[in-house]
Amino acid sequence: MDFGRISRRHLLQGGAALAAGSALGLRGAMAAETTIGFIYVGSRDDYGYNQAHAQGAAALKKLPGLKVVEEEKVPETDAVEKTIESMINLDGASLLFPTSFGYYNPHMIKMANKFPKLRFEHCGGLWSEKDPKNAGSYFGYIDEAQYISGIVAGYSSKSGKLGFVAAKPIPQVLRNINAFTLGARLANPKATTQVIFTGDWSMPVKEAEATNSLIDQGVDVLTCHVDGPKTMVENAARRGAMVCGYHVNQSPLAPKAYLTGAEWNWEALYPKFVKMIAAGETIPNFYRGGLKEEIVKTSPYGEAVSAEARKHADDIKAKFLSAEGYAIFKGGLVDNKGKTVIAAGTDRGQKDPELEKMDYLVEGVLGATS
Amino acid sequence: MTTDAAEGGVEAAGVAPAADVGFLQRYGASIEYILIPAAALIGALAVFGLFVAMYGKNPLDLYFYMYYGAFGTWFSWQNTLTRAAPLILTALCTALPAQLGMVIIGGEGALLIGALSATAAALAMQGAAPIVVQIAMVIAGVIGGGLWITLSGALRQYRGVNETISSLLLVYIGLAILNHLVEGAMRDPASLNKPSTREIGAANMIGTIPGTDVHWGLVFGLVAAIASYILIYHTTFGFAARVAGGNIRAAKIVGLGVGKLILTICFLAGACAGLAGMIEVAAVQGRTNANLAAGYGFTGILVAFLARQNPLAIIPVAILLGGISASGGLLQRRLGLPDASVLVLQGIIFVFVLASDALYGRIGFLKGKS
Repeated sequence: MDFGRISRRHLLQGGAALAAGSALGLRGAMAAETTIGFIYVGSRDDYGYNQAHAQGAAALKKLPGLKVVEEEKVPETDAVEKTIESMINLDGASLLFPTSFGYYNPHMIKMANKFPKLRFEHCGGLWSEKDPKNAGSYFGYIDEAQYISGIVAGYSSKSGKLGFVAAKPIPQVLRNINAFTLGARLANPKATTQVIFTGDWSMPVKEAEATNSLIDQGVDVLTCHVDGPKTMVENAARRGAMVCGYHVNQSPLAPKAYLTGAEWNWEALYPKFVKMIAAGETIPNFYRGGLKEEIVKTSPYGEAVSAEARKHADDIKAKFLSAEGYAIFKGGLVDNKGKTVIAAGTDRGQKDPELEKMDYLVEGVLGATS
Repeated sequence: MTTDAAEGGVEAAGVAPAADVGFLQRYGASIEYILIPAAALIGALAVFGLFVAMYGKNPLDLYFYMYYGAFGTWFSWQNTLTRAAPLILTALCTALPAQLGMVIIGGEGALLIGALSATAAALAMQGAAPIVVQIAMVIAGVIGGGLWITLSGALRQYRGVNETISSLLLVYIGLAILNHLVEGAMRDPASLNKPSTREIGAANMIGTIPGTDVHWGLVFGLVAAIASYILIYHTTFGFAARVAGGNIRAAKIVGLGVGKLILTICFLAGACAGLAGMIEVAAVQGRTNANLAAGYGFTGILVAFLARQNPLAIIPVAILLGGISASGGLLQRRLGLPDASVLVLQGIIFVFVLASDALYGRIGFLKGKS
């Protein structure tokens, strides 16, 4: 191995490559052939969070003039910075989608400052005025779809006991648990949701244990918020319980047990972003939306879903899609310790920033945040 | 035992009497140390090429992209060195105790505790001059990581607990402590969906080596590796450690303080990994959160074994593995190989290098005539 010789020769070449990289940066935002980079924290066929983004990337591959490059299992360290730079320097990427939450700060922010002519779109971050203008964050109000799942689950459960396998007690997760439970109690006011936190985003063994222990306690409909719902879905179906999916449609894993699910709709959003850039429009730096904005969607109903459940769920979905919208978190909301968390008379609509700080579990949830 | 005697011992053990010996007899062993790992590496790359060919990809493309992504441009070199930097330090966490015949595989835990201690020190000293804060972070990281591995050493020395198992289990305890503090007492209330500590502040970051993108961690690693080499091969202390590693009973009979050796070496080993954690905080993340558990500690074990536990050899091996991981992204993007292919290559290299151990001293033409 003669690293020394290689290094001297390529130092010179590398200088040229670096110059070429910055020249690419100066090129118009959307040239004839545009390269778009996607970075995933897990594997892109995980039947979960990363697959949802990969489906969005696949939708872009179908558009003419676009080249999509992808890298999976990139940790949330400076490795992601290097992956971004590598996509820019070696592949000529001019639009980047680092899709995992932990990529945002400091990694993607650093890269956005370093390459001010290129565009960075991040999933889940909270873009604020102090962040670079060529960076953006987008996310969906997936609790709307979880609410619909909850309604279906409430009708489908015979025991009235629902189960939720969750990663961490952070606002996004608590919001999904609460929306699911509130939806279920619309269908069956006595329904309860037992929640188990596994402690991290990808813990297949703990997820399987949580699923089994929930079913042992009499739970007959389960859902989850972890990166890869596959473990929960397959184990629950094997035990004869029914499931509501998350992230993507998991019905191929359990065709009979699958009721519905809360899915991301990145295959609609990403082509929309690209078209906006091509048309010279600016993508808002802080981009949010729910069912109406086609950022989230629900899985088609499974055969086990009753007509009554379908009708109720469709009615609520129509309200979400209507011009005036629909508030899940309405005034007079009590948490599972008996404390009023939203005062009577104040409905918290989807865009209410208070909901981004959620730190409680609503009445009907069995479990604790800490 | 005096220093002179110890050094004399090294000379006597390492090299045959200087009078009338051939080149091969004098340097045969050293050549072996380069030739055998190089052959193992080439063998592993050949097998990996076959593996990739089975996927229907051209192995020559594979080798080109591996070279291009790891060492082909100045950017690729920086990418490689950035990834190698933490590996040098975490590898020392395994290589130093190996001199005593101990197999410590818990560098990841020491890294996390080092990071946590360094962050705590920085947060406690907000407002002090950056250089003071940085020195305090180094001290805290070194002590935190050092004590963590000393725990394994003490358990082995005073309770007869297997250090391999205890150091591995301590990784999970370390991670649990980190998560507990980051999600509890040390949590920045503003870190909603990614529980993190407060930031140490931009002024306290240690930055990059001028003219490059590579952070100062690389220099810390090089210094630590060279210092370790000198300690092990050119001091009485190192000689005593190697004697104890060779035959612990003999060491006790000649009156070496084996217990003190174990505790000191374990502290130094943990200090290296703790320093790696401090650097991840001070050069990359800017705060502590679950992102720090990126597996550097575990890759370090591989580096140490591939380097045959030699502190100097760790440097090129860490660069090699850094290069493999840097080129991994390009393999995914250009050849469409799954991320796991890099792990497959690492596994093949590991097997080849371990198997090649059997060849030392058995290659006839390197023995020379005597």
